[in-house]
Amino acid sequence: MKKHHITLNVNGDDYDALVEPQQSLLDVLRDTLMLTGTKEGCATGDCGACSVIVDGVLQCACLMLGMEAEGVRVETIEGMAQGGDLHPLQKAFLTHNGLQCGICTPGVLVAAKALLERNPDPTETEVRYWLAGNLCRCTGYDKLIQSVLIAAKEMRGA
Amino acid sequence: MTDLRYEAPGSLSAAVALLSDAKGLARVMAGGTDVIVQMEMDLIEPELIVDIKKIPELRGVSPEDGGFRVGAATTGMQLCDHAAFAAAWPGVIDGVKLIGSIQVKGRASMGGNLCNASPGADSVPPMIAAGAVARVVGPDGVRDVPVEQIPTGPGKTSLARGEIISSFFFPPRAKGSGDAYMRFTPRTEMDIAVTGVAINLTLDASGLCTAARVAIGAVAPTALLVREAGEALVGTKVDDAAIEKLVAAVRAACRPIDDKRGTKAFRIEVTGVLARRVALAALERARATP
Repeated sequence: MKKHHITLNVNGDDYDALVEPQQSLLDVLRDTLMLTGTKEGCATGDCGACSVIVDGVLQCACLMLGMEAEGVRVETIEGMAQGGDLHPLQKAFLTHNGLQCGICTPGVLVAAKALLERNPDPTETEVRYWLAGNLCRCTGYDKLIQSVLIAAKEMRGA
Repeated sequence: MTDLRYEAPGSLSAAVALLSDAKGLARVMAGGTDVIVQMEMDLIEPELIVDIKKIPELRGVSPEDGGFRVGAATTGMQLCDHAAFAAAWPGVIDGVKLIGSIQVKGRASMGGNLCNASPGADSVPPMIAAGAVARVVGPDGVRDVPVEQIPTGPGKTSLARGEIISSFFFPPRAKGSGDAYMRFTPRTEMDIAVTGVAINLTLDASGLCTAARVAIGAVAPTALLVREAGEALVGTKVDDAAIEKLVAAVRAACRPIDDKRGTKAFRIEVTGVLARRVALAALERARATP
């Protein structure tokens, strides 16, 4: 199948990629750019494991074609820690056992980051609704939600 | 497998030309939250994808003739964040908010929700109740079509080859108007409607209902405008007797299937229950408007 050249920015770095028209952004991130932190769960937009932020909007990387990514700015889990410093959400997940097996975690963290950028002081209900599209097969929802609330508090300096 | 061709034209005329000239199966893509899933599941194997998001007039909300024009590819999140639209049409927002997760709403559009033609599409009954009109652009020009005339059955629309919905017009809002949409699902989030009801009504200064439109979803091959249900409310104060008539009218209009989500009898029963709740919600909103 014919490949097409695209350029995109991921976590501040510019990349060139050759993509096939049916490939998703998720395929491009994982298989072409070798950024495997973004996980594939369902590939049909139901599980949220591939959550990324594209031009400031939270979305599933599996529900976007690679061809659409020409010129976009993508934020993935790989861009969350700054050098050796974990993001407050990552720290809270470690300290408060916000993850079990870990496969949903990159998507949850990216989705939670998008929430806190929009709403720094969400209620528990708001966190639960915002993360409704992120499935955790370990069903560790409560600690995950609590970790987000703790990180939010920390980030507000409260 | 044939090579898939992806095109993202910058104008409506270019998009219409691409679709009209397509040899094999062509699909219009806005957010892609249905089209990409259907390709992934091998339900469709299009030769051409026409991405309409790069066409400026298909994105965003703008005032027009006292109402709103909403680009057909405007995302759910954009619409929910548009304060003036959300204040005028909270019932439409009720429906849009129920389309998938936050991630899905970051991509999905009302145009896609309508053209995917699922009988359970959550934004469609409130658009019908609102009296929204779709602007259809095609090889033979432009036509304006009431939203209820777009879907013709599950996965089928009245659009001709090469036609695209470019935008929706939401009419000016009369004083004392309110709308609401509710659906029944076993879960509160991330589910598909078993039945849904949207009501848009207007009250005069004395609280008398002067206009009402009622639409139901997921209980027939398409979402339906139920004229008799709206007529049951007009000329009343939306009291218990009027609501009883509304409930009877929506139940009479239901033509549901039995499936894993619900039996026919259950769907008909619950549609009536929802109609009552939605009428009261729309009434409360109408009374709260200045």
